[in-house]
Formats: sequence, structure tokens, C-alpha cells
Amino acid sequence: MSNANREAPPSAGRAGIKRELPEHFRDYRHVWVFIELERGEVHPVSFELLGEGRKLADKLGMQLAGIVLGPPGEATQHAIAEAFAYGADLVYLVEAPLLADYRNEPFTKAMTDLVNTHKPEILLLGATTLGRDLAGSVATTLLTGLTADCTELDVVDGSLAATRPTFGGSLLCTIYTLNYRPQMATVRPRVMAMPPRTDKPVGRVIRHKLSMTEEEIITKVLGFNLDRQSAKANLAYADIVVAGGLGLGSAENLQLVKNLARAIGAEYGCSRPLVQKGWMPADRQVGQTGKTIRPKLYIAAGISGAIQHRVGVEGADLIVAINTDPNAPIFDFAHLGIVTDAIRFLPALTEAFTRRLSPHSHDKLAS
Amino acid sequence: MHIVICIKQVPDSAQIRVHPVTNTIMRQGVPTIINPYDLFALEEALRLRDAHGGEVTVLTMGPPMAEDALRKALTYGADRAVLLTDRCFAGSDTLATSFALSRAIVRIGETFGAPDIVFAGKQTIDGDTAQVGPGIAKRLGLLQFTYVAKIGSIDVDAREITVKRRSEGGTQMLKSRLPCLVTMLEGTNEIRRGSLDDAMRAARGQIVKWSAAEAGIEDLNKCGLRGSPTVVKRVFAPTTRAEKATQIDMTDKTQHDLADELIAAIFTRQPALEHELAFDGGQ
Repeated sequence: MSNANREAPPSAGRAGIKRELPEHFRDYRHVWVFIELERGEVHPVSFELLGEGRKLADKLGMQLAGIVLGPPGEATQHAIAEAFAYGADLVYLVEAPLLADYRNEPFTKAMTDLVNTHKPEILLLGATTLGRDLAGSVATTLLTGLTADCTELDVVDGSLAATRPTFGGSLLCTIYTLNYRPQMATVRPRVMAMPPRTDKPVGRVIRHKLSMTEEEIITKVLGFNLDRQSAKANLAYADIVVAGGLGLGSAENLQLVKNLARAIGAEYGCSRPLVQKGWMPADRQVGQTGKTIRPKLYIAAGISGAIQHRVGVEGADLIVAINTDPNAPIFDFAHLGIVTDAIRFLPALTEAFTRRLSPHSHDKLAS
Repeated sequence: MHIVICIKQVPDSAQIRVHPVTNTIMRQGVPTIINPYDLFALEEALRLRDAHGGEVTVLTMGPPMAEDALRKALTYGADRAVLLTDRCFAGSDTLATSFALSRAIVRIGETFGAPDIVFAGKQTIDGDTAQVGPGIAKRLGLLQFTYVAKIGSIDVDAREITVKRRSEGGTQMLKSRLPCLVTMLEGTNEIRRGSLDDAMRAARGQIVKWSAAEAGIEDLNKCGLRGSPTVVKRVFAPTTRAEKATQIDMTDKTQHDLADELIAAIFTRQPALEHELAFDGGQ
């Protein structure tokens, strides 16, 4: 479809308080999930989105499609198989050697061509560095609405109801794209639960050619440096997370958080103010604007529990809060609370865990 | 070299309070700041100008009071500031915002020289969408590099640029062409202290103020609420959990007693954890 057509304002005049979908958008159907394949691996957020997409598609009585963009080869085939295993009814595939590394130009081209040809009603992407780079370009090219970093997706009166934090995470708002298609949304990793993997076999794969050559792409990849494993904070997918907040009083006291984390094999993190103070790097930030986590156990030390923090951690199975202020909002959503000074309590907790988990440590030391 | 940097004036989030009864934002008296992520882009723009010569133009869209953010940017050493302000921009979503800013950048190009690089912050702290930068790039047909950790080299004459870009699990090294749009990753540099000269200039200097018409924006259907495909239908406070946290009783207990009691409570609620920890933890 030409962009001239897309730019035609909806008949309502004012872009859509009322739903009045223009004629040329009425044949947009089905729910699409972008399967993020980078350097041979599918980002798990893609499966989390397939789980959400499944619910939306079932509610709408539509199909769920996985969108795979990648180079010919095993990794792309694996991504297709996984898309089906996590619930896709079909897969749209653009396979080309120049999709081996992520670059904005060919990925935007591939995705917008797919949308204009096959016309999805809803398009979901992970809010990763890749997904956000791509989503903004695709939505602007298509001149449609995009709701970033959603924490809840639903269908209300046939439209996608996308809920996200607003005002820096102090309130939530529900956003609709009533009169444009597709309705686009991004969701951060770990915000949605991982659906169970099934043995569903590979089904229908619809191939689409990439109408772009390497010569047409201006940006060239010179190289890729993998993060050192030790430097890579795998917070989002950790089973146990210990995080510190302003209540720790100083950057030095973060060592208490790290000590506890090491003792129980946890990842460590911090709340947003600590990143802003430069006490910890941004990739350790826990919360809606940092990493969303869903661990089995989350221990928050000296964190007051602002809404943006809460939104990022409430998927945890068990939340333990340590704070001197009995009225701190964190006690409203934690499961277990201790009103005490984390600076004094953390060393005691570390020691108690160590004692409990390795009852023979004294014997070992003695020998 | 001409560099344009887009900034946003945002409420200082550390000072935002939600009204306990009405659940509305209490904006009154909340100080505003330049979006902290934008400062990394501003510093990078100033460094490039210092190294290669040229000018840095700061652009913002907002209410008249956004002038404060621009003056602050001038104190850091930006050469020129443009405020795009018009009631018709009210209610813009990311698509409408990228439209208005991209038109203003075209007008800046016509008036002060075409930009070689347009900078933006990674995202804002109030909207957190990270979508306006890519939107501007697409609308202007600029090459786009988000989450840039480092600008490797720039050859203004050959129109070449290399960047290190954060990606999932590593950093990408890319070579591309000017003009382009770059959003800078946080922590990549530190904003300078402005000189006294810059402070004087900022206090006295003229801010270029453009209405939609003055910025060459004719199609008001693409601005503000009318130009925004997304509609905010409901703003609400999250529902609180019915139950508050179970407090471990503190009375007459040492920190060690408390720690033991907490661990017991954790393992009572999550029995599987003790087993997993005994094998995986404690290295």
C-alpha cells in the first residue's frame, strides 16, 4: 500500500477517540509476533510474546503468526521450529544472507514489506535494543500507532488495549490504536510469563522475498564483540535476585548486597536512584525502566518500592523487603518484610544462609 | 560540521508524588530538568564540535517554559537553541512528535545549514519509549544508530562514520554514512561544566522560537492529538495487593535470630528453593 493512502486521515477528523476504521484497514487480520533472532539465538522474549499473542488471537478468533527474519541456515530453521513449539499457527519467513546481522535498513524493509503484503491486525515485538530500534522505524514507515513497553495486553471491543506505566512509572495508562493498522506494541523481556513449550510440529511457512540487495544497504557491519560472560548481568532470567536501594547509604555498602548474592548464587542489582548516582552500572538496574525480573526469590534491601520498581519485580514468586521505614510502599507488595536497617541485617543474613546451606563448612575449614 | 541535538524537558522524577487519595500526579512545584539521557548525547555533540569544528544546535518541542532547558543546554556550550512551541502540538504521541521535530530539523537545515548528525538521548525518563529518535530518522531518511556506546571515527569530507552500538549480548561495530541520527547510551561520557562565558551567553542569548507555521509545518492533521494514532483512554493507579507483607516480629531478637527466622519463612513458602540452593548456591 502506498503511504499516500496511509496518510489519509480517518473520517473522524481527529485521530480516533472513536473507532472508525478507514476502509483500507478493514482487511487487516491476525496477530503477529516478531521472532527476534540475533547471532544464531532466539531471544526468549519472543516466546513470552507468543504466549500473549496466543491469548489475543484466541480472543479475536484469529491466527497467531511468527515473523522470522534471518539468513539461510540452521539457526533460522530452529527459530521457525521454536515459533511453532511456542504456539504459532503459521510463520512468515524472510530468508536472505544479508539478514545475518541486525541492521536497521534491511530489517525495516523486510518487516514493512511483510506488513503491507499480508496485513496483520496486531504486531508485537520485544522491547530489546533490537526490537526498539526496529519497532520505531517500522511504525513510522507505516504511520501507525506504537505503544512501547507494555505491561499488559488485552482485547477490548475488538481493539488492542495496551497498558503501560506512565509519568515515569507512577501511574498506568491504557492506550489504543483505533483507526490505524497494524496496532503495534513492544513488551520488555520477562514482563510476560513464559508459556509452556509443546511438541507442535512445524506447520505452514509462508516465504517472502527481501527486495533489497547488499549494495543498497549503506551501513556495513565491521565486527561484533561478545560481552564477557562475567560482565554480562543475566538479571532478567535469574532465579534469585538481591538488590540494594538508597537505604544502603553509600556505594561501598553495595558490597553487602554482592556478598549475599554470592553466598546464595544470586544475581545482584539495584534500584534506579543508584544508577542515577553512578553507584552501579545501568545494566544492573531492577525495575520497569531497567530489567524486569521474575525470579523465584527477590530480596530488596533498602529499596522504598516506587511504582516503576514494583512493576518490574512483582512477577517474582517471593518478594522479601528489608527497610527501616515501616510505611515504605515496598511492604505493600512484598510477601515478607523486616523493618530493620539493611546495612546491619545483610551481613547477618549472609552468614545465616551460609551456615544453613553448608552445615559442614566448619569441618572443611578445619581439615 | 553542524550537529542538531534534540532534548526534552522532563519533571525531575525523584520529586514526583502521587496524590494519596485521588491517585493523580502532583505536578505543582516539581522542578524540571533536561532529560538525563539527553546529556550524554549533548556532551557527545559538543565533543565532536570541539574536535571537528562547527556548531551545535539544541532543539526542543514543548511549552514556553521549556526555554529553561534550552538555556541550561547553552550553559554547557551549545551554540544555538531552538524552541518549537505551539498549542497545536499538545497531546502528541511519538509519531506526531517525530513529525514535528523532523519538520523543525528541516527548517533548521534551511536556516542554519544542513545537519551532519542529529543526536537524541536513548529515551526519556518520563515517557521511556525510545521511539522518537528512530521516528525522526525515518521521517528525515537518515541512517539510524541507537544505543551508541562510542562514536569511533568521523570523516566529515568523506561523509563516513563508524560507531560502536550496544546490542543484545555484545557490541556491534558499524560503518556508515553521514548524515545520520545517533541515540547515545547512558554512561558513555560525563557532561562538562560549562564555562563562565557560556553561562553569560546563555543568560543573555536569544532563543529561536518557532510556532508550527514558523517551522514550516502546514499539515496540522499530523500534529498533536490529531496526528497521534494512539489514544490514551484510561490513566489509573495500579491496584494494590490485598495483603500487605507479613512482617517478621522484631521484638527482643538479635540480627542473627532475625536472619534465621527470615530464612525459615522463605523456605516454608518456597520449599523447593532450599534444595536448589544447597546444590547451586554457596560457591
